[in-house]
Amino acid sequence: MSTTTPAVVLSGITKRFPGVVANSDVHLSVQVGEVHALCGENGAGKSTLMKILYGMQQPDEGTIEVAGEQVRFRTPADAIKAGIGMVHQHFMLADNLTVQENVVLGAESLHGIGGKARKRILELADATGLTVDPGVLVERLGVADRQRVEILKVLYRGAKVIILDEPTAVLVPQEVDELFATLRGMQQQGFTFLFISHKLDEVRSIADSVTIIRRGTTVGTADPKAVSSRQLAEMMVGSELPSPETRESTVTDRVVLQVENLGLVAAEGTRPVLDDIDLVVRAGEIVGIAGVEGNGQTELVETIMGMRKAHHGRVLLGDRDLTRLGTLSRREAGIGYIPEDRHRQGLLLTQPLWANRILGHQTRRPVSKGQWLDLAGAKKDTERIVEDFDVRTPGIDVAAVALSGGNQQKLVVGRELSGDPVLLIASHPTRGVDVGAQALIWDEIRNARARGLAVLLISADLDELIGLSDTIRVMLRGRLVADADPATVTPEDLGSAMTGATSAEHATGASPASESEGE
Amino acid sequence: MGILRGKLLPPVLAILFSALLCGIALVVSGANPLRAFGVMFAQVGEGTTAVDIINSTGTYYIAALAVAIGFQMNLFNIGVEGQYRVAAVVAAVVGGSIALPPGLHALVIILTAAVAGALWAAIPAILKVTRGVNEVISTIMMNGLALGLAAYLIGADVFGELRGNNIRTPEIPETGWVPGIPFGSSGTVFGLVFLAALLGIGYWVMMNRTRFGFELRASGESSTAAAAGGVNAKKMVLIAMLLSGGIAGLVSMPEILGRDHTYNLNFPAGIGFSGIAIALLGRNHPGGIAFGALLWAFLDKSGLALDNVGVPREIVTIMQGAIVLSVVVAYEVVRRFELAAQQRQVGRQLGTVDAA
Repeated sequence: MSTTTPAVVLSGITKRFPGVVANSDVHLSVQVGEVHALCGENGAGKSTLMKILYGMQQPDEGTIEVAGEQVRFRTPADAIKAGIGMVHQHFMLADNLTVQENVVLGAESLHGIGGKARKRILELADATGLTVDPGVLVERLGVADRQRVEILKVLYRGAKVIILDEPTAVLVPQEVDELFATLRGMQQQGFTFLFISHKLDEVRSIADSVTIIRRGTTVGTADPKAVSSRQLAEMMVGSELPSPETRESTVTDRVVLQVENLGLVAAEGTRPVLDDIDLVVRAGEIVGIAGVEGNGQTELVETIMGMRKAHHGRVLLGDRDLTRLGTLSRREAGIGYIPEDRHRQGLLLTQPLWANRILGHQTRRPVSKGQWLDLAGAKKDTERIVEDFDVRTPGIDVAAVALSGGNQQKLVVGRELSGDPVLLIASHPTRGVDVGAQALIWDEIRNARARGLAVLLISADLDELIGLSDTIRVMLRGRLVADADPATVTPEDLGSAMTGATSAEHATGASPASESEGE
Repeated sequence: MGILRGKLLPPVLAILFSALLCGIALVVSGANPLRAFGVMFAQVGEGTTAVDIINSTGTYYIAALAVAIGFQMNLFNIGVEGQYRVAAVVAAVVGGSIALPPGLHALVIILTAAVAGALWAAIPAILKVTRGVNEVISTIMMNGLALGLAAYLIGADVFGELRGNNIRTPEIPETGWVPGIPFGSSGTVFGLVFLAALLGIGYWVMMNRTRFGFELRASGESSTAAAAGGVNAKKMVLIAMLLSGGIAGLVSMPEILGRDHTYNLNFPAGIGFSGIAIALLGRNHPGGIAFGALLWAFLDKSGLALDNVGVPREIVTIMQGAIVLSVVVAYEVVRRFELAAQQRQVGRQLGTVDAA
């Protein structure tokens, strides 16, 4: 394999983005017919690199070679012509069209839109095992089927090199196994895969070689069979692995958040998104919610925050019933909220940092006095956050969008810990931030816990969850299905509990943790 | 300095560009553009033009403020046109049929206009909040309804009266008039032009110093972030729309209380739509809007002189359209440029660009 011309070679790729980690001097060589994993932390520059390879962005320096020929992609159309296809992490499908229509959309010139196109799709599906009925509406498909449609889409356009951007993030393990089986089959037929992931176990099980990217640059290529996950992880983060470990327990018996029998129905007649959730968070306790994304964690958080209206059940903060209150009143009652998507929910991107300090606190001192804003107070307190939380910025008048992800998140965390909250809801608090910011955010959450803050932590990062939490609850299909004791549970156990493969009590030997803990 | 560049550069560029465009249009139509523009500027000193421009500026300014309040939260109140018309009829009818001491009478008329405008805007607002009806469509349709309603209300057998070949509402007694500032033969500046200025100040204070203004801007910038920050979207839509309608209701007050004292068939149309263009031009900023309103009024009034030199005055409409289009483009270009510059600056100060 190594004697033939590589399918793709990236050399010396540099991409400067003002203010954020960019790619610098990236080298990547992918052989024909291999599954090549690209590993790195969130924000290490994997996505940027793939966007460059897919023609969505142009490199400032460096060259791209495909099958031995130097190419220059100005648009994804150029990349598709060269046989490169990309399956995005967030599917780009039109729900109200059929599978066939989605596949053909934008590539009508290849085989028309009728019988010939259908035949071609079925051929491809047969050859690769990506079996989906071309006539069915995409809205009726589950996540795994949608992913198949996405892969079919790129195959239909003639891709031989397929970029898969975090393809397993949305899948449960069985589906991951199926996907991997399909990939191996296609690999036999000469397809080449670039597999982006930060899940090291998966990388080790599917990839033929792995390239590690750290802080925008490639730090090396390894044989995944020959190195351990730990070694890979250390390559990803540099020498020191920050540990999210929480030391001595500070859990008290004072209940701060009590969720009773909470239910949420998205649309009449469908399966409830939240099904009889009972949850208790005590002062000084971090309760972690584990679960594959899309199992109701987002909805749980937004229902507790009052952004969605519960169908039934109650939410109590201390003795106070919040069920009928709006988001602002819940915040005023003492809930800090780190939203899962800081760009969409956490920040006003074009506004200066001090205006972002006001968001969510617009009724409270020091940033406002009644109906009036207190600009001086807001600016002063923003200075404090910038200082205390090490937000790297030239000043508080720059727009939030100008900061890097880690610094934006530090600002959000600083804001949400302002005003003496009694409960912090942290949704993926360190997603997409650099290691330094991650360590700082972990420290701040731990310190706040030591001061008696109750924390509800939602995270897809199992190490973070196990390291920080005092109690872990596992969420599956809108229900809290199992408890786990972070002192004894392993990420593997947790992973299988998250998919319903086993119950956590069974897997970990931990009794219902939330009841026994805290006394 | 950077702020000044970002705020002032785009409109200046846009105006120059659209002047150029109109110049070309003039040349194509066989006229001398320099002469045409010269005539327009010279016209300002003629007769009542200067005063007319100021009066017209006030009217446009109020209309544009009404639009801008909605724009701040991406709410497109296209219905200012209908709101000020309904408000004018209702206020004129009420003003003409009550007797109150001077001052108080005018105040009651003004408040009536604001309430009428707000109520007319409440219909699309409630439709949007409860049923999700797009406000662009509903307000446009409400404009059509407003025309019909106004025509009905001033009918001779309803509230109106026939005077010559004009139909109008009964004249408001002198106690309800708002005196202006006379400049002799140059005309009289409406007293309520100052109301426009006050509204502008109030608007600035509301947007920049109050919780409501902050929530309004937050909703406009990112509805998701606003929701997570505890801003009640429905409440904001409702209040913003009512405020917008209330201010729209005041649009015709300077003219009605300052000169006409009645609503009649010659009631000016199209101010609400000009308000949309002016709010865009002024970037929803009270100062910018004032400038835009002045420019619009100047083009309108000075443009009348173009007929004297054989240039079709419709060229003014072309110019207004060109300004709006080019200002939108120019703002976007400058915005991106500024953002990139700021990110570069942050990167340079923190050393991440070259270190990476």
